[in-house]
Amino acid sequence: MSQLGLNAQLSSSQQEILKLAIQDGLPLTSQPYQTIAMALGVAEESVIATLQDWNDSGLIKRFGLVVNHRRVGYRANAMVVWDVPDETIEHIAGHFTRAEEVTLCYQRPRMLPKWRYNLFCMIHGMDRGTVLGQIASLVERHQLEHIPRDILFSYKQFKQCGGQFAGSALPAGVSLG
Amino acid sequence: MNELSQKLIDRYQKGFPLSSRPYLTMADELGVTETQVLESLAEMKSEKIITRVGPVFDHRKAGASTLVAMSVPQEQLNKVAEKVNSFAGVNHNYAREHHYNLWFVVTAKNQKMLEQTIVEIENATGYSSMPLPMERSFHIDLGFKIDWEKNKCHN
Repeated sequence: MSQLGLNAQLSSSQQEILKLAIQDGLPLTSQPYQTIAMALGVAEESVIATLQDWNDSGLIKRFGLVVNHRRVGYRANAMVVWDVPDETIEHIAGHFTRAEEVTLCYQRPRMLPKWRYNLFCMIHGMDRGTVLGQIASLVERHQLEHIPRDILFSYKQFKQCGGQFAGSALPAGVSLG
Repeated sequence: MNELSQKLIDRYQKGFPLSSRPYLTMADELGVTETQVLESLAEMKSEKIITRVGPVFDHRKAGASTLVAMSVPQEQLNKVAEKVNSFAGVNHNYAREHHYNLWFVVTAKNQKMLEQTIVEIENATGYSSMPLPMERSFHIDLGFKIDWEKNKCHN
C-alpha cells in the first residue's frame, strides 16, 4: 500500500492479513486501528473503511467485547435440541428468536437414525435450575409440549475462542506488539 | 466487577466505534476518561471476563464451519478433547451431558479444507464424528444481556 490515496482500498491479500491481525482482538492502545495499520504498512483510514465494509456486508456479525459467560456468573449453558416438523420450523424458531432467554437459534440437518433433532437453541443461565425453569417456561408459553426435545447441559469447557481462521498465520514481521 | 466494567459490557458487546480513537468515543459516551476505559478493558481481559475486544466473524461468509458431535467413552474424554483442541480451526469445544458428549465447532477456509480437517480429527482421535452444519440461522448474535442484580454474588 502506497502513501498515495489515504482511502485507497486494501488489496485482497492485505484484507486477509487484516483478518488475521484482528482475530485475537484489537490492541488496547489509544489508536488501535492506527496500531494495526502501522503493523501492516497501510493507512489507518483503509483499515477503518475495510472494517466498516465487513460490518455492513455481515462478514462481521458483531464488533465489541467478547464476554466469557462463565466468568460473569452464567455457569449453566444448555443446548436445547428439538425435532420440529419441517413445515413448522419457521413458526417455532420465530418464538425462540423473540424469547429473551434464547441466545442462538439454528436449523441443522437430522442424521437419522442416530440424530433426530433439527432445531438447536442455546440458553445461558446462572445455574442449572434457572435454565431448566426457562426451558419449561418456553415450552409452556408456546405450547411445545408435544415437540420431542433433549437438553444437553455443558459440564466442561475445553475451548472457547473467537473463530480462528484455520491454517493461517500472520506473515513474518507483522506483529501488533 | 466495578460499575464501569458492567457498563462497558452492557453497551459494547456490539456497535464498537469505528473511529480513530474508539476508546475515547466510548469514554465520552459513558462520562469517563479514555484511560479509565483502557484500564477497565485490560483488567477484564487479564481476569478473563472478556476474551477480547474485536470483531466476531460470520464464518459462513468468512469460510466454512460446522458444529461437530462425538461420542467418546467418559474416561477418554479429556484426552480426546485435548487432541481436538490441538487443531487450530477448532473453537467452542464443550463436554455435554449426552451420549454425544463432545461438541465443538470446526472452521476452515473452504468446504474442502473443512472436510479434510474433520477427517484429520477423526484419525487423530480414533473416533468417528457427526458434523451438523448450520443450515439456517434464526438468530442474530447480539451479545449477551447480563442481569447484574441477580449476579451480585460474583465479582
